[in-house]
Amino acid sequence: MMFSPDNLQAIWLTLRLATTATLLLLLIGTPLAWWLARTHSWLRGPVAAIVALPLVLPPTVLGFYLLLALAPAGPIGQLTGALGLGSLAFTFEGLVIGSILYSLPFVVQPIQNAFHAMGDGPLEVAATFGAGPWQRFFTVAIPLARPGFISGSILGFAHTVGEFGVVLMIGGNIPGETRVVSVQIYEQVEALQFGEAHWLAGSMVVFSFLVLLIVYGSIRRHAITGMRFGS
Amino acid sequence: MRADLQPRIPTVQAPGILQARIFYTMAQPAGGRFQLDLDAEIPAAGITCVFGASGSGKTTLLRCLAGLDRPQAARLTVDGEVWQDENHFMATHLRRIGYVFQDSSLLPHLSARRNLHYGRDPGDGADTADAVKLLGIEHLLDKFPRQLSGGERQRVALARALLSKPRLLLLDEPLSALDVARKQELLPYLQNLPDELDCPIVYVTHSPDEVARLAAHVLVLDHGKCVASGSVTELMVSRRLPVNAAGESGVVLETTIAGHDADWNLAEAAYADGRMLIPDPGVAMGGLVRLRILARDISLSHAEEAHSSILNRLPATVERIEESPDTAMCMVHLRVGESTRLLSRVSRKSSRRLGLAPGSEIYAEIKSVAILQ
Repeated sequence: MMFSPDNLQAIWLTLRLATTATLLLLLIGTPLAWWLARTHSWLRGPVAAIVALPLVLPPTVLGFYLLLALAPAGPIGQLTGALGLGSLAFTFEGLVIGSILYSLPFVVQPIQNAFHAMGDGPLEVAATFGAGPWQRFFTVAIPLARPGFISGSILGFAHTVGEFGVVLMIGGNIPGETRVVSVQIYEQVEALQFGEAHWLAGSMVVFSFLVLLIVYGSIRRHAITGMRFGS
Repeated sequence: MRADLQPRIPTVQAPGILQARIFYTMAQPAGGRFQLDLDAEIPAAGITCVFGASGSGKTTLLRCLAGLDRPQAARLTVDGEVWQDENHFMATHLRRIGYVFQDSSLLPHLSARRNLHYGRDPGDGADTADAVKLLGIEHLLDKFPRQLSGGERQRVALARALLSKPRLLLLDEPLSALDVARKQELLPYLQNLPDELDCPIVYVTHSPDEVARLAAHVLVLDHGKCVASGSVTELMVSRRLPVNAAGESGVVLETTIAGHDADWNLAEAAYADGRMLIPDPGVAMGGLVRLRILARDISLSHAEEAHSSILNRLPATVERIEESPDTAMCMVHLRVGESTRLLSRVSRKSSRRLGLAPGSEIYAEIKSVAILQ
């Protein structure tokens, strides 16, 4: 037996978290990336900086403020309380919110770069072909930005799988609810279960390597600058 | 906003006409401001060339007509439909235009076939077949734009423009990205456009050769202002439009082939007021041929019968003479028959010796003719 039932549970939870967060990130990140790539508003700079904050902040800082926000007295906690959901701290849903914030730049920036690289040309051509704004967005912008969507999804997923600090701050360590792989490894090392920890840690190394291999391979094929952060 | 952008009392309007009064001031990327300020009418018959140096505002004018740029003040009507005025701005996708850019007028992620059909109502199969055949692109339909040569891309773009049955066709230097051979290949298709479409066709170029070959009407732009407009002959005769790339003066004659002389490989080209012999261009009877005659290729003589190598000697009347005392040459404006105008560049000394004055009867000896094809 390679993985213990506890480890399998942690892996399953991690995959579920990363998938949920990535899908939601694509929904939130696409319009945000579109706006950032095309706006001339003075708000562009401040918003881009906020989106990029998780790149430089220690996860504990992000986790600390999230914990305060999610707590019953915090702004998000009051909202979820009023909706009858209770506090989302130390829940799977809370982790999803944390992951979305934490991985936001990894999804938004590649998509934003792809929208930017595409230029105005194809959209103007589509307009002269009689396509309205929505048709231009869905039939021209999204297909042309596909490499950015691929890079963004993979990076967002992988980055969520790799998160540790934020989870520990807002999720704690509840098996089946918030105990993801990275936390499980921490637990096992604390408990001196090095053998079990090896299986999980080794799998993470292989997983991360494969993900980066795919991303860099596709960058060269599509000549897309998906990992040029901060621009 | 300027006061003179109020609607004018409509005069007699030819159908399909484009009326544009545009005032547009924009920041330039290099710094400073650029201002486009013009008032133009563009007929629905024939190609209207917008001619000017780079930076004169040609492309900006097209973008304003297309709705890709939004001028601060404009009144824009096409065939009586208002596209922009003080209260309205019709978005590009609602304007029913065809727009052929210098390069990349196609969507890069779609095949040629899907580019032809993108955004259109399905069910005009016959039209598609016609346009595809007309431009000879049958074998290109399943290729993507990046797999096509520059000339092939422009042919697909032209087919797309024809198919969309535009109310206004805009062409922005469609030949500028092509080499000489590809230009020659595409020109006949462009010359045919007025036969295929009965909407205004606006063709932006900085090449006098393209103007001489394609234009029926010309707008000359300089620093965002229209400095001359009119029929191509009018502008060439008034010397506000050069007739070739070297900036020389001359005229362009629209002729039809009226006969062939197979023994000498000559053809008879009929213009409005007569006929002349030209090297056989290989065009069938009744075919249209444009001739360019440079002012320096016409010499003048009183002799009725000259023993010379000149094939075409046309009886002409001197209309006026442009000269200045500090140059050796002068420009003689000639009229042949009722309406045909020619320019002849001769020395002032010859002019004096021949006793030229407005009203003089003279023979115009045409030394050479360029066939624009």
